[in-house]
Amino acid sequence: MAVGAPVIELDNVAYSYGGTELFSNLSVSLPQGSFHFLTGPSGAGKTTLLKLCYGELHATRGEVRLFDKPAHEMDRDAVASVRRRIGVVHQDCQFLDHLTVTENVALPLKVAGRDSEGAGDIDDLMAWVGLSRQSQQTPPQLSGGERQRAALARAVIMSPDVIIADEPTGNVDWEMSQRLLSLLIELNRMGKAVLIATHDLNLIRTAKSQVSSRVLRLKGGQIQQAGADL
Amino acid sequence: MIDRLRPFLALIKGDPQADRAVPPTGFTARLTVFTAGAMAFLAVFALALSFATGRVADRWAEELARTSTLRISAPEGQAVAQLAAAITVLETTPGIAQARALTPDEQRALLEPWFGPDLPIETLPIPQLVEIIEEDEGYDTKGLRARLQAEVPGAVLDDHTRWRAPLVDAAERLRALGWLVLLLIGAATAAMITLAAQSALSANAQVIRVMRLVGAKDTYIARAFVRRFTVRALIGAVIGVVTASALILLMPDAEVAGGFLTGLRFRGAEWIWPLLVPVLAAVVAFAATRHAAFRTLREQS
Repeated sequence: MAVGAPVIELDNVAYSYGGTELFSNLSVSLPQGSFHFLTGPSGAGKTTLLKLCYGELHATRGEVRLFDKPAHEMDRDAVASVRRRIGVVHQDCQFLDHLTVTENVALPLKVAGRDSEGAGDIDDLMAWVGLSRQSQQTPPQLSGGERQRAALARAVIMSPDVIIADEPTGNVDWEMSQRLLSLLIELNRMGKAVLIATHDLNLIRTAKSQVSSRVLRLKGGQIQQAGADL
Repeated sequence: MIDRLRPFLALIKGDPQADRAVPPTGFTARLTVFTAGAMAFLAVFALALSFATGRVADRWAEELARTSTLRISAPEGQAVAQLAAAITVLETTPGIAQARALTPDEQRALLEPWFGPDLPIETLPIPQLVEIIEEDEGYDTKGLRARLQAEVPGAVLDDHTRWRAPLVDAAERLRALGWLVLLLIGAATAAMITLAAQSALSANAQVIRVMRLVGAKDTYIARAFVRRFTVRALIGAVIGVVTASALILLMPDAEVAGGFLTGLRFRGAEWIWPLLVPVLAAVVAFAATRHAAFRTLREQS
Protein backbone atom coordinates (compact mmCIF):
# COMPACT_ATOMS: atom_id res chain seq x y z
CA MET A 1 0.00 0.00 0.00
CA ALA A 2 1.40 3.38 -0.99
CA VAL A 3 1.81 5.77 1.89
CA GLY A 4 0.41 9.32 1.83
CA ALA A 5 0.42 12.49 3.91
CA PRO A 6 0.99 12.19 7.67
CA VAL A 7 -2.17 11.57 9.69
CA ILE A 8 -0.44 11.55 13.09
CA GLU A 9 2.76 13.44 13.83
CA LEU A 10 4.74 13.78 17.04
CA ASP A 11 7.30 16.55 16.91
CA ASN A 12 9.93 16.66 19.70
CA VAL A 13 7.35 15.42 22.14
CA ALA A 14 8.03 14.89 25.84
CA TYR A 15 5.71 13.40 28.41
CA SER A 16 6.13 13.55 32.19
CA TYR A 17 4.11 11.72 34.77
CA GLY A 18 4.42 12.40 38.48
CA GLY A 19 7.53 14.50 37.96
CA THR A 20 9.32 11.76 36.01
CA GLU A 21 9.95 12.25 32.32
CA LEU A 22 8.84 9.13 30.50
CA PHE A 23 10.30 10.23 27.20
CA SER A 24 11.54 13.40 25.53
CA ASN A 25 12.42 14.83 22.09
CA LEU A 26 10.42 12.09 20.47
CA SER A 27 9.44 12.53 16.83
CA VAL A 28 7.27 10.10 14.89
CA SER A 29 5.22 10.47 11.74
CA LEU A 30 2.49 8.05 10.67
CA PRO A 31 1.54 8.59 7.04
CA GLN A 32 -1.77 7.49 5.56
CA GLY A 33 -1.56 3.81 4.55
CA SER A 34 1.56 3.11 6.62
CA PHE A 35 2.04 0.08 8.90
CA HIS A 36 4.06 0.55 12.07
CA PHE A 37 4.91 -1.62 15.03
CA LEU A 38 5.83 -0.05 18.36
CA THR A 39 7.98 -2.24 20.57
CA GLY A 40 9.99 -1.77 23.72
CA PRO A 41 10.36 -3.08 27.24
CA SER A 42 7.50 -2.93 29.70
CA GLY A 43 7.19 0.51 31.25
CA ALA A 44 8.97 2.21 28.35
CA GLY A 45 5.83 4.24 27.62
CA LYS A 46 4.28 2.41 24.64
CA THR A 47 0.71 2.79 25.90
CA THR A 48 1.37 6.43 26.82
CA LEU A 49 2.69 7.09 23.33
CA LEU A 50 -0.42 5.52 21.83
CA LYS A 51 -2.62 7.67 24.09
CA LEU A 52 -0.84 10.77 22.79
CA CYS A 53 -1.63 9.54 19.28
CA TYR A 54 -5.38 9.45 19.87
CA GLY A 55 -5.63 12.53 22.08
CA GLU A 56 -6.32 10.91 25.44
CA LEU A 57 -3.15 12.46 26.85
CA HIS A 58 -1.45 15.73 26.06
CA ALA A 59 2.30 16.12 25.58
CA THR A 60 4.09 18.10 28.28
CA ARG A 61 6.44 19.48 25.60
CA GLY A 62 6.58 19.48 21.84
CA GLU A 63 3.61 19.15 19.53
CA VAL A 64 1.28 16.32 18.56
CA ARG A 65 -0.62 16.91 15.31
CA LEU A 66 -3.67 14.79 14.56
CA PHE A 67 -4.83 15.12 10.97
CA ASP A 68 -2.67 18.23 10.65
CA LYS A 69 -4.22 19.96 13.68
CA PRO A 70 -2.28 20.58 16.92
CA ALA A 71 -3.81 18.32 19.59
CA HIS A 72 -3.22 20.82 22.39
CA GLU A 73 -5.42 23.37 20.63
CA MET A 74 -8.37 20.99 20.36
CA ASP A 75 -11.33 21.28 22.70
CA ARG A 76 -13.10 18.14 23.95
CA ASP A 77 -15.58 18.09 21.07
CA ALA A 78 -12.75 18.38 18.54
CA VAL A 79 -10.92 15.48 20.24
CA ALA A 80 -14.16 13.45 20.06
CA SER A 81 -14.41 14.19 16.33
CA VAL A 82 -10.79 13.10 15.81
CA ARG A 83 -11.40 9.86 17.69
CA ARG A 84 -14.09 8.97 15.19
CA ARG A 85 -11.28 8.89 12.61
CA ILE A 86 -8.98 6.79 14.80
CA GLY A 87 -10.03 3.23 15.68
CA VAL A 88 -8.42 2.03 18.90
CA VAL A 89 -8.05 -1.58 20.09
CA HIS A 90 -7.12 -1.59 23.75
CA GLN A 91 -5.31 -4.39 25.48
CA ASP A 92 -8.20 -4.72 27.92
CA CYS A 93 -10.72 -4.04 25.14
CA GLN A 94 -12.73 -1.45 27.12
CA PHE A 95 -16.28 -2.70 26.56
CA LEU A 96 -19.55 -1.77 28.18
CA ASP A 97 -20.34 -5.09 29.83
CA HIS A 98 -24.10 -4.50 30.08
CA LEU A 99 -24.43 -4.19 26.29
CA THR A 100 -24.36 -7.03 23.77
CA VAL A 101 -21.34 -7.51 21.54
CA THR A 102 -23.26 -6.04 18.59
CA GLU A 103 -24.27 -3.00 20.64
CA ASN A 104 -20.66 -2.51 21.72
CA VAL A 105 -19.43 -2.78 18.16
CA ALA A 106 -22.10 -0.31 17.00
CA LEU A 107 -21.37 2.17 19.81
CA PRO A 108 -19.14 4.47 17.68
CA LEU A 109 -21.92 4.74 15.07
CA LYS A 110 -24.45 5.43 17.79
CA VAL A 111 -22.48 8.23 19.46
CA ALA A 112 -21.84 9.78 16.06
CA GLY A 113 -25.59 9.73 15.32
CA ARG A 114 -25.07 7.34 12.40
CA ASP A 115 -26.65 4.22 13.91
CA SER A 116 -29.45 4.14 11.33
CA GLU A 117 -27.09 3.64 8.41
CA GLY A 118 -25.06 0.66 9.54
CA ALA A 119 -27.37 -2.24 10.44
CA GLY A 120 -26.30 -4.38 7.46
CA ASP A 121 -22.69 -3.28 7.81
CA ILE A 122 -22.60 -4.46 11.43
CA ASP A 123 -23.74 -7.95 10.42
CA ASP A 124 -21.07 -8.04 7.71
CA LEU A 125 -18.47 -6.78 10.14
CA MET A 126 -19.42 -9.37 12.76
CA ALA A 127 -19.08 -12.06 10.10
CA TRP A 128 -15.71 -10.59 9.00
CA VAL A 129 -14.30 -10.95 12.53
CA GLY A 130 -16.03 -14.34 12.94
CA LEU A 131 -18.40 -13.32 15.71
CA SER A 132 -21.82 -13.74 14.07
CA ARG A 133 -22.80 -16.46 16.53
CA GLN A 134 -21.74 -14.38 19.55
CA SER A 135 -23.42 -11.15 18.47
CA GLN A 136 -26.09 -11.22 21.19
CA GLN A 137 -23.75 -12.29 23.97
CA THR A 138 -22.25 -9.80 26.42
CA PRO A 139 -18.48 -9.16 26.53
CA PRO A 140 -17.89 -11.15 29.75
CA GLN A 141 -19.24 -14.22 27.94
CA LEU A 142 -16.54 -14.02 25.25
CA SER A 143 -13.10 -15.62 25.23
CA GLY A 144 -9.96 -13.45 25.10
CA GLY A 145 -9.59 -13.85 21.35
CA GLU A 146 -13.25 -13.14 20.71
CA ARG A 147 -13.03 -9.98 22.80
CA GLN A 148 -10.01 -8.80 20.80
CA ARG A 149 -11.85 -9.44 17.53
CA ALA A 150 -14.91 -7.61 18.83
CA ALA A 151 -12.66 -4.70 19.84
CA LEU A 152 -11.18 -4.69 16.34
CA ALA A 153 -14.67 -4.69 14.82
CA ARG A 154 -15.61 -1.70 16.98
CA ALA A 155 -12.37 0.05 16.03
CA VAL A 156 -13.08 -0.20 12.29
CA ILE A 157 -16.84 0.28 12.15
CA MET A 158 -16.51 4.01 11.49
CA SER A 159 -14.09 3.23 8.66
CA PRO A 160 -11.38 5.28 10.39
CA ASP A 161 -8.20 6.54 8.74
CA VAL A 162 -5.98 5.10 11.47
CA ILE A 163 -6.09 1.87 13.50
CA ILE A 164 -4.16 1.90 16.77
CA ALA A 165 -3.86 -1.39 18.63
CA ASP A 166 -2.29 -1.83 22.06
CA GLU A 167 -1.02 -5.40 22.50
CA PRO A 168 -3.92 -6.82 20.46
CA THR A 169 -2.49 -10.33 20.66
CA GLY A 170 -1.41 -10.17 24.29
CA ASN A 171 -4.09 -12.52 25.61
CA VAL A 172 -4.67 -14.83 22.68
CA ASP A 173 -3.06 -17.97 21.29
CA TRP A 174 -0.80 -18.06 18.22
CA GLU A 175 -3.56 -19.03 15.84
CA MET A 176 -5.81 -16.22 17.00
CA SER A 177 -2.95 -13.70 16.88
CA GLN A 178 -2.35 -14.67 13.24
CA ARG A 179 -6.01 -14.18 12.50
CA LEU A 180 -6.03 -10.74 14.13
CA LEU A 181 -2.88 -9.80 12.24
CA SER A 182 -4.49 -10.84 8.97
CA LEU A 183 -7.44 -8.57 9.72
CA LEU A 184 -5.13 -5.64 10.47
CA ILE A 185 -3.11 -6.24 7.29
CA GLU A 186 -6.35 -6.39 5.31
CA LEU A 187 -7.34 -3.00 6.80
CA ASN A 188 -3.93 -1.57 5.88
CA ARG A 189 -4.40 -2.75 2.30
CA MET A 190 -7.66 -0.77 2.33
CA GLY A 191 -5.58 2.36 2.97
CA LYS A 192 -5.71 2.61 6.76
CA ALA A 193 -2.62 3.62 8.71
CA VAL A 194 -1.93 0.94 11.33
CA LEU A 195 0.10 1.32 14.52
CA ILE A 196 0.46 -1.75 16.73
CA ALA A 197 2.18 -1.77 20.11
CA THR A 198 3.44 -5.28 20.85
CA HIS A 199 6.06 -7.37 22.60
CA ASP A 200 5.50 -10.20 20.18
CA LEU A 201 8.51 -10.36 17.85
CA ASN A 202 7.12 -13.39 16.05
CA LEU A 203 4.06 -11.39 15.16
CA ILE A 204 6.28 -8.63 13.72
CA ARG A 205 8.29 -11.14 11.70
CA THR A 206 5.13 -12.72 10.31
CA ALA A 207 3.72 -9.30 9.42
CA LYS A 208 6.88 -8.19 7.68
CA SER A 209 6.62 -11.14 5.35
CA GLN A 210 3.18 -9.96 4.27
CA VAL A 211 3.21 -6.17 4.44
CA SER A 212 5.67 -3.29 4.20
CA SER A 213 6.07 -2.14 7.76
CA ARG A 214 8.39 -0.19 10.01
CA VAL A 215 9.30 -0.93 13.61
CA LEU A 216 9.62 1.84 16.18
CA ARG A 217 11.52 0.74 19.25
CA LEU A 218 10.90 2.81 22.38
CA LYS A 219 13.73 2.44 24.84
CA GLY A 220 15.30 4.78 27.39
CA GLY A 221 12.89 7.51 26.48
CA GLN A 222 13.97 7.54 22.84
CA ILE A 223 12.58 6.13 19.60
CA GLN A 224 14.82 3.96 17.46
CA GLN A 225 13.57 3.42 13.94
CA ALA A 226 14.43 -0.18 13.12
CA GLY A 227 13.28 0.16 9.53
CA ALA A 228 13.19 -3.17 7.78
CA ASP A 229 15.39 -4.78 10.40
CA LEU A 230 14.55 -5.97 13.84
CA MET B 1 -43.94 27.36 20.12
CA ILE B 2 -44.08 23.67 19.15
CA ASP B 3 -40.65 24.03 17.52
CA ARG B 4 -39.27 25.49 20.73
CA LEU B 5 -40.72 22.66 22.78
CA ARG B 6 -39.47 19.99 20.39
CA PRO B 7 -35.98 19.58 21.94
CA PHE B 8 -37.49 19.29 25.42
CA LEU B 9 -40.09 16.76 24.21
CA ALA B 10 -37.34 14.83 22.41
CA LEU B 11 -35.38 14.79 25.67
CA ILE B 12 -38.36 13.42 27.59
CA LYS B 13 -39.09 10.86 24.86
CA GLY B 14 -35.40 9.96 24.65
CA ASP B 15 -33.55 7.45 22.55
CA PRO B 16 -33.93 4.01 24.15
CA GLN B 17 -30.89 2.65 22.32
CA ALA B 18 -28.66 5.55 23.30
CA ASP B 19 -29.95 5.40 26.88
CA ARG B 20 -28.82 1.79 27.13
CA ALA B 21 -25.21 2.94 26.90
CA VAL B 22 -25.48 4.14 30.49
CA PRO B 23 -26.47 1.32 32.86
CA PRO B 24 -29.33 2.02 35.28
CA THR B 25 -28.25 2.98 38.78
CA GLY B 26 -30.85 1.90 41.32
CA PHE B 27 -29.69 3.98 44.27
CA THR B 28 -29.60 7.37 42.54
CA ALA B 29 -32.84 6.57 40.71
CA ARG B 30 -34.67 5.88 43.99
CA LEU B 31 -33.05 8.90 45.67
CA THR B 32 -34.14 11.23 42.87
CA VAL B 33 -37.71 9.94 42.77
CA PHE B 34 -37.98 10.12 46.57
CA THR B 35 -36.47 13.62 46.78
CA ALA B 36 -38.64 15.00 44.00
CA GLY B 37 -41.72 13.36 45.54
CA ALA B 38 -41.05 14.66 49.05
CA MET B 39 -40.23 18.15 47.84
CA ALA B 40 -43.30 18.30 45.59
CA PHE B 41 -45.42 17.13 48.54
CA LEU B 42 -44.00 19.93 50.71
CA ALA B 43 -44.35 22.47 47.90
CA VAL B 44 -48.05 21.69 47.50
CA PHE B 45 -48.62 22.13 51.23
CA ALA B 46 -46.59 25.36 51.25
CA LEU B 47 -48.75 26.60 48.37
CA ALA B 48 -51.97 25.56 50.12
CA LEU B 49 -50.84 27.19 53.36
CA SER B 50 -49.90 30.36 51.53
CA PHE B 51 -53.24 30.56 49.74
CA ALA B 52 -55.20 29.72 52.91
CA THR B 53 -53.46 32.31 55.08
CA GLY B 54 -53.80 34.86 52.31
CA ARG B 55 -57.51 34.13 52.01
CA VAL B 56 -58.12 34.32 55.76
CA ALA B 57 -56.16 37.54 56.10
CA ASP B 58 -57.96 39.04 53.09
CA ARG B 59 -61.30 38.09 54.61
CA TRP B 60 -60.41 39.62 57.97
CA ALA B 61 -59.12 42.76 56.36
CA GLU B 62 -62.18 43.04 54.12
CA GLU B 63 -64.63 42.51 56.96
CA LEU B 64 -62.85 44.98 59.21
CA ALA B 65 -62.53 47.46 56.39
CA ARG B 66 -66.29 47.48 55.78
CA THR B 67 -67.31 47.87 59.41
CA SER B 68 -66.74 50.40 62.19
CA THR B 69 -67.76 50.50 65.82
CA LEU B 70 -69.19 53.37 67.80
CA ARG B 71 -68.74 53.21 71.57
CA ILE B 72 -71.11 55.36 73.68
CA SER B 73 -70.18 55.93 77.32
CA ALA B 74 -72.96 58.13 78.61
CA PRO B 75 -73.92 59.01 82.22
CA GLU B 76 -76.90 57.11 83.60
CA GLY B 77 -80.13 58.60 82.33
CA GLN B 78 -78.56 59.94 79.10
CA ALA B 79 -77.65 56.61 77.55
CA VAL B 80 -80.90 56.10 75.62
CA ALA B 81 -80.97 59.68 74.34
CA GLN B 82 -77.32 59.61 73.24
CA LEU B 83 -77.87 56.26 71.50
CA ALA B 84 -80.86 57.62 69.60
CA ALA B 85 -78.91 60.75 68.65
CA ALA B 86 -75.96 58.66 67.49
CA ILE B 87 -78.18 56.41 65.35
CA THR B 88 -79.77 59.50 63.79
CA VAL B 89 -76.33 60.97 63.00
CA LEU B 90 -75.13 57.71 61.54
CA GLU B 91 -78.25 57.13 59.44
CA THR B 92 -77.91 60.55 57.91
CA THR B 93 -74.21 60.21 57.15
CA PRO B 94 -73.44 59.48 53.46
CA GLY B 95 -71.50 56.23 52.94
CA ILE B 96 -73.03 54.38 55.88
CA ALA B 97 -75.33 51.57 54.83
CA GLN B 98 -76.52 50.52 58.24
CA ALA B 99 -76.09 51.44 61.90
CA ARG B 100 -77.33 49.07 64.55
CA ALA B 101 -77.00 49.03 68.34
CA LEU B 102 -75.79 45.69 69.67
CA THR B 103 -78.31 43.92 71.90
CA PRO B 104 -77.38 43.01 75.50
CA ASP B 105 -77.05 39.36 74.41
CA GLU B 106 -74.61 40.31 71.64
CA GLN B 107 -72.56 42.44 74.04
CA ARG B 108 -72.59 39.61 76.58
CA ALA B 109 -71.34 37.20 73.88
CA LEU B 110 -68.46 39.56 73.15
CA LEU B 111 -67.42 39.61 76.80
CA GLU B 112 -68.09 35.95 77.46
CA PRO B 113 -64.57 34.71 76.55
CA TRP B 114 -63.13 36.91 79.31
CA PHE B 115 -65.84 37.00 82.02
CA GLY B 116 -67.80 33.80 81.53
CA PRO B 117 -71.41 33.19 80.46
CA ASP B 118 -73.36 34.61 83.42
CA LEU B 119 -72.17 38.19 83.36
CA PRO B 120 -75.02 40.52 84.64
CA ILE B 121 -74.38 42.99 81.88
CA GLU B 122 -77.46 45.08 82.62
CA THR B 123 -76.10 46.02 86.05
CA LEU B 124 -72.64 47.01 84.87
CA PRO B 125 -71.62 50.40 83.42
CA ILE B 126 -70.64 48.91 80.08
CA PRO B 127 -70.59 51.26 77.08
CA GLN B 128 -73.21 50.69 74.41
CA LEU B 129 -71.72 49.47 71.13
CA VAL B 130 -73.09 50.39 67.70
CA GLU B 131 -72.08 48.39 64.63
CA ILE B 132 -71.64 50.50 61.52
CA ILE B 133 -71.74 48.83 58.10
CA GLU B 134 -70.22 50.94 55.38
CA GLU B 135 -71.17 51.25 51.75
CA ASP B 136 -68.50 50.36 49.20
CA GLU B 137 -67.17 53.91 48.89
CA GLY B 138 -67.03 54.37 52.70
CA TYR B 139 -67.71 57.51 54.71
CA ASP B 140 -65.86 60.66 55.74
CA THR B 141 -64.32 59.61 59.05
CA LYS B 142 -63.12 63.10 59.96
CA GLY B 143 -66.54 64.67 59.25
CA LEU B 144 -68.39 61.98 61.19
CA ARG B 145 -66.12 62.39 64.21
CA ALA B 146 -66.78 66.14 64.19
CA ARG B 147 -70.54 65.65 64.06
CA LEU B 148 -70.48 63.03 66.81
CA GLN B 149 -68.37 65.27 69.04
CA ALA B 150 -71.00 67.99 68.66
CA GLU B 151 -74.13 65.89 69.00
CA VAL B 152 -73.09 62.80 71.00
CA PRO B 153 -70.28 63.86 73.36
CA GLY B 154 -69.89 60.36 74.92
CA ALA B 155 -69.32 58.60 71.56
CA VAL B 156 -65.97 57.25 70.38
CA LEU B 157 -65.66 56.11 66.73
CA ASP B 158 -63.33 53.18 65.96
CA ASP B 159 -62.91 52.70 62.18
CA HIS B 160 -60.65 49.63 62.75
CA THR B 161 -57.64 51.22 61.05
CA ARG B 162 -55.33 50.16 63.86
CA TRP B 163 -56.54 46.54 63.48
CA ARG B 164 -56.47 46.48 59.72
CA ALA B 165 -52.89 47.69 59.11
CA PRO B 166 -51.11 44.83 60.95
CA LEU B 167 -53.44 42.27 59.35
CA VAL B 168 -52.66 43.49 55.84
CA ASP B 169 -48.99 43.51 56.78
CA ALA B 170 -49.25 39.98 58.17
CA ALA B 171 -50.97 38.79 54.98
CA GLU B 172 -48.22 40.20 52.81
CA ARG B 173 -45.54 38.66 55.01
CA LEU B 174 -47.24 35.25 54.97
CA ARG B 175 -47.49 35.30 51.19
CA ALA B 176 -43.83 36.30 50.90
CA LEU B 177 -42.93 33.54 53.36
CA GLY B 178 -44.83 31.03 51.21
CA TRP B 179 -42.81 31.99 48.15
CA LEU B 180 -39.60 31.90 50.16
CA VAL B 181 -40.44 28.36 51.31
CA LEU B 182 -41.10 27.36 47.69
CA LEU B 183 -37.77 28.85 46.61
CA LEU B 184 -35.99 26.93 49.37
CA ILE B 185 -37.76 23.72 48.34
CA GLY B 186 -36.65 24.33 44.73
CA ALA B 187 -33.07 25.00 45.81
CA ALA B 188 -33.00 21.90 48.05
CA THR B 189 -34.39 19.80 45.18
CA ALA B 190 -31.72 21.14 42.83
CA ALA B 191 -28.98 20.41 45.40
CA MET B 192 -30.17 16.84 46.05
CA ILE B 193 -30.54 16.06 42.35
CA THR B 194 -27.12 17.56 41.64
CA LEU B 195 -25.59 15.27 44.27
CA ALA B 196 -27.44 12.25 42.89
CA ALA B 197 -26.36 13.12 39.34
CA GLN B 198 -22.74 13.58 40.40
CA SER B 199 -22.89 10.24 42.19
CA ALA B 200 -24.27 8.56 39.06
CA LEU B 201 -21.63 10.21 36.88
CA SER B 202 -18.84 9.09 39.23
CA ALA B 203 -20.22 5.56 39.37
CA ASN B 204 -20.23 5.50 35.58
CA ALA B 205 -16.72 6.92 35.09
CA GLN B 206 -15.66 3.82 33.16
CA VAL B 207 -18.73 4.00 30.91
CA ILE B 208 -17.96 7.66 30.21
CA ARG B 209 -14.34 6.77 29.46
CA VAL B 210 -15.36 4.11 26.94
CA MET B 211 -17.91 6.41 25.31
CA ARG B 212 -15.26 9.09 24.97
CA LEU B 213 -12.82 6.61 23.45
CA VAL B 214 -15.29 5.82 20.69
CA GLY B 215 -15.87 9.50 19.94
CA ALA B 216 -18.82 10.53 22.11
CA LYS B 217 -19.08 14.26 22.67
CA ASP B 218 -19.97 15.72 26.08
CA THR B 219 -23.44 16.66 24.87
CA TYR B 220 -24.23 13.04 23.95
CA ILE B 221 -22.95 11.66 27.26
CA ALA B 222 -24.68 14.35 29.33
CA ARG B 223 -27.99 13.85 27.50
CA ALA B 224 -28.41 10.29 28.75
CA PHE B 225 -27.96 11.39 32.37
CA VAL B 226 -30.02 14.58 32.01
CA ARG B 227 -32.95 12.72 30.47
CA ARG B 228 -32.98 10.09 33.20
CA PHE B 229 -32.88 12.55 36.07
CA THR B 230 -35.47 14.84 34.45
CA VAL B 231 -37.90 11.97 33.94
CA ARG B 232 -37.27 10.62 37.46
CA ALA B 233 -37.87 14.05 39.00
CA LEU B 234 -41.04 14.42 36.95
CA ILE B 235 -42.35 11.01 38.09
CA GLY B 236 -41.44 11.69 41.73
CA ALA B 237 -43.05 15.14 41.64
CA VAL B 238 -46.25 13.76 40.10
CA ILE B 239 -46.45 11.18 42.91
CA GLY B 240 -45.81 13.90 45.53
CA VAL B 241 -48.39 16.29 44.05
CA VAL B 242 -51.07 13.61 43.71
CA THR B 243 -50.51 12.44 47.32
CA ALA B 244 -50.50 15.97 48.75
CA SER B 245 -53.55 17.00 46.71
CA ALA B 246 -55.47 13.92 47.86
CA LEU B 247 -54.67 14.68 51.50
CA ILE B 248 -55.68 18.32 51.05
CA LEU B 249 -58.97 17.26 49.48
CA LEU B 250 -59.62 14.96 52.45
CA MET B 251 -59.34 17.84 54.92
CA PRO B 252 -62.65 19.23 56.27
CA ASP B 253 -64.16 22.17 54.44
CA ALA B 254 -63.52 25.60 55.95
CA GLU B 255 -67.20 26.48 55.64
CA VAL B 256 -68.15 23.61 57.94
CA ALA B 257 -65.65 24.12 60.74
CA GLY B 258 -64.93 27.76 60.13
CA GLY B 259 -61.38 27.55 61.46
CA PHE B 260 -58.10 28.65 60.00
CA LEU B 261 -56.34 25.34 59.29
CA THR B 262 -59.46 23.71 57.86
CA GLY B 263 -59.28 26.22 55.02
CA LEU B 264 -56.11 24.51 53.74
CA ARG B 265 -57.22 23.77 50.19
CA PHE B 266 -57.08 25.18 46.70
CA ARG B 267 -60.01 26.91 45.08
CA GLY B 268 -60.75 27.35 41.38
CA ALA B 269 -57.77 28.65 39.43
CA GLU B 270 -55.49 28.05 42.42
CA TRP B 271 -55.34 24.39 41.32
CA ILE B 272 -53.09 25.44 38.44
CA TRP B 273 -50.27 25.95 40.94
CA PRO B 274 -49.97 22.35 42.21
CA LEU B 275 -50.27 21.19 38.60
CA LEU B 276 -47.24 23.32 37.77
CA VAL B 277 -45.11 21.74 40.52
CA PRO B 278 -44.10 18.60 38.50
CA VAL B 279 -43.22 20.76 35.51
CA LEU B 280 -41.09 23.02 37.69
CA ALA B 281 -39.47 19.96 39.34
CA ALA B 282 -38.57 18.60 35.89
CA VAL B 283 -37.13 21.96 34.83
CA VAL B 284 -35.09 22.18 38.06
CA ALA B 285 -33.84 18.59 37.58
CA PHE B 286 -32.98 19.30 33.93
CA ALA B 287 -30.95 22.39 34.80
CA ALA B 288 -29.27 20.82 37.87
CA THR B 289 -28.30 17.58 36.09
CA ARG B 290 -27.09 19.37 32.98
CA HIS B 291 -24.91 21.67 35.06
CA ALA B 292 -23.57 18.74 37.15
CA ALA B 293 -22.98 16.57 34.07
CA PHE B 294 -20.99 19.13 32.13
CA ARG B 295 -18.97 20.10 35.18
CA THR B 296 -18.16 16.45 36.00
CA LEU B 297 -17.30 15.69 32.36
CA ARG B 298 -15.00 18.71 32.31
CA GLU B 299 -13.31 17.50 35.49
CA GLN B 300 -12.98 13.93 34.20
CA SER B 301 -11.36 15.00 30.91
